[in-house]
Amino acid sequence: MGSASHSQPNGVPAIPGAAIPRQGGDSSAVHGPAIRVEELFRHYRMGETVIRAVDGVSLAVRAGEFVALLGSSGSGKSSVLNLIAGLDRPTSGSVIVHERNLAQLSREELAQYRLHTVGMVFQSFNLIASMTVAENVELPMRFAEVERGRRASLAQEALTRVGLQARMNHRPSELSGGEQQRAALARALINRPQLLLADEPTGNLDSRTGTEIMNMVREFNQQLGMTVVMVTHERALAERYAARMIFLADGKVVSEETNAGTVAIPAGREQRQEQQ
Amino acid sequence: MKLPDLTELALRNLRESVLRNSLTTMGISVGVASLVAMLSLGIGLQQLASRHLMKSGLFDTVIVTSRRDLRNSNRDEERTAPEPAESRILDEATRQEIEHLPNVSEAYPDIRFITELRYEDKPHLTMVAALPESARSTDAFEALQGRFFSSETAPEVVIQKTFAEELLGRKPKSGPDETNVAELAKPLLGKELTMRYAQRESAKTPSSTDTNTKATDEQSVAGAAYSVVSRELNLKIVGVADLDPESMRGPARARVFLPLKLAEGLHVMQPTDLREISRAAGNEPLYSSISVKVKNPSQVQAVEDAVKKMGFNTFSILDASRSIQEFFRVLDVFLGIFGSLALAVSSIGIVNTLVMAILERRREIGIMKAIGASDGDVKKLFFAEAGAMGILGGIVGVALGWAIGQVINLGTNVYLKRQSFPPEHFWAVPWWLVGAAILFSFLVSLVSGLYPAGRAARLDPVQALRYE
Repeated sequence: MGSASHSQPNGVPAIPGAAIPRQGGDSSAVHGPAIRVEELFRHYRMGETVIRAVDGVSLAVRAGEFVALLGSSGSGKSSVLNLIAGLDRPTSGSVIVHERNLAQLSREELAQYRLHTVGMVFQSFNLIASMTVAENVELPMRFAEVERGRRASLAQEALTRVGLQARMNHRPSELSGGEQQRAALARALINRPQLLLADEPTGNLDSRTGTEIMNMVREFNQQLGMTVVMVTHERALAERYAARMIFLADGKVVSEETNAGTVAIPAGREQRQEQQ
Repeated sequence: MKLPDLTELALRNLRESVLRNSLTTMGISVGVASLVAMLSLGIGLQQLASRHLMKSGLFDTVIVTSRRDLRNSNRDEERTAPEPAESRILDEATRQEIEHLPNVSEAYPDIRFITELRYEDKPHLTMVAALPESARSTDAFEALQGRFFSSETAPEVVIQKTFAEELLGRKPKSGPDETNVAELAKPLLGKELTMRYAQRESAKTPSSTDTNTKATDEQSVAGAAYSVVSRELNLKIVGVADLDPESMRGPARARVFLPLKLAEGLHVMQPTDLREISRAAGNEPLYSSISVKVKNPSQVQAVEDAVKKMGFNTFSILDASRSIQEFFRVLDVFLGIFGSLALAVSSIGIVNTLVMAILERRREIGIMKAIGASDGDVKKLFFAEAGAMGILGGIVGVALGWAIGQVINLGTNVYLKRQSFPPEHFWAVPWWLVGAAILFSFLVSLVSGLYPAGRAARLDPVQALRYE
């Protein structure tokens, strides 16, 4: 277990799973934005009606940036997030993540992308009820065919990192909402992805627990230079944590604000990005 | 995902809905049990029939005759074989040669002659045959009253039921009124029969001092002579056989049996002695036919071919055994089909259970896909669940089928015992059937899992994640 743990200069332990090589390559090697969404459309047909969930969205997110997608219910923010996550395919347009156009990937390639490049957290935690917390955290590593012994130690490390070492063998139903979301965070980060996508991560939590979770997300963003895209309808939350806020309404981007007070990207990394 | 992980997850998922999955697995078990039960019955019956046929000595016996014995040759053999006059004779050397052929367990001369037997001063004419020691274990002597010969040279006889009836002056009956062999044996066992027979006694051949071999041969042929002496021998009746041990012999079948070595020592005049007068004059016995016991009925053809190559005629009822085997194969196929029907029905249960599982675990599938499971991973997981149910169901089913077989076997044997029949083992579950039934159950389950697994793999993760 100890081999994968490295202390950071600021005293915060490294994200568990750091020993697993990144599949998508290091973000420092990426040219241009980490995520580029161009003229993205996602229309659903419900009987005779066509629902324009995403209606011509274009945006870019730099590597290591913390971006919040804001909007009211039905604004299309979750649909955009699902398209960036590779869970859905656009009707037209493109989602380019680290120079790979997701629309052109096969189903198998998309699954690999979700496994290695993306970590997701949801409002309703989405832990598998029949598994213990440790097993939930181990699950992505099973898909990644990580060796059993290594898997157990990495899962334990990850859960220690989010303060759940004592709850490892509990089932999700035996945990509080905050604990469940922490477990979900540990699971999202276990394969050390480059993108952390969070869909209303504090939606089911009280404000104190929500703050705890968001602090963790910020830690990951700042320490690992992990790109974070968070969907929320709480402007205050976005203002507090995100470097940039993108507002959506009716499936379109309506405005964008930068949050000058937030330091989202470590200085050195930002400089490198700028140069590129 | 690796196989151990897949298996672990599949078993975990099966444990989650333990009642439903157990019921489905039980369904498979019943299907497998019915298949195993049907096939075990078929195999058991086949083995029972083979056992009896083997014991009867019909299917592992090749009768060898000389081509010189024109009565036994057929046209096909005449075409390919050497002229009868140039063919070999059946003597002790030949018998030993045949006995040393591969797959032959025994070759013994067939000594049989028609003679007169006197019982309580009344003459009875019948065919007498010699039996080797190995005949003791044949089916025909299973229900023997009294005992088999005490030694191979003992002056003892075993008589057939119809001859016993004749000795006692009873008329043979058939059907339900058939005379009980035990009743017949009671007054006869231990009694003596006097056998009158014609003994061949070789006369002294004129000796030759000529060194020319050919001349010696000619002389011996010209001077061949033997006398036929009438002899009497007292024989003790030690056994009465219920069944006819020689049913395949047709009109040549004997009703009185002597120990082989005793019969050989008697030098009873044989029909071949007249034909082969030059050789019969010697001391070496000459056989009209030799019975060859083959180790396994499947090797009968090979032995027959080898003996034919030596230049003799052969006869076996291999063809009859082939058609019996064919019948049992057809029976097995039919029993297998009926048994599989139950398994087919249970496979619908697997489909149902897995489709239900997809509905219940829709969200779980969505989560797995969101965190990186590929379509293949999801598909394999459902396959593994179907396969695990198949293997578990197969194992339980084989055990259940075996238990059903034991119960039926036991019940039938109780019935047989009440009807005064010996117990029979007509139920056989060979190891290959155990393996094949579990494998078949596994494959049927995998096929049943095809549709549900494909459906689970195709689930849209966004839709699945919305599902509550």
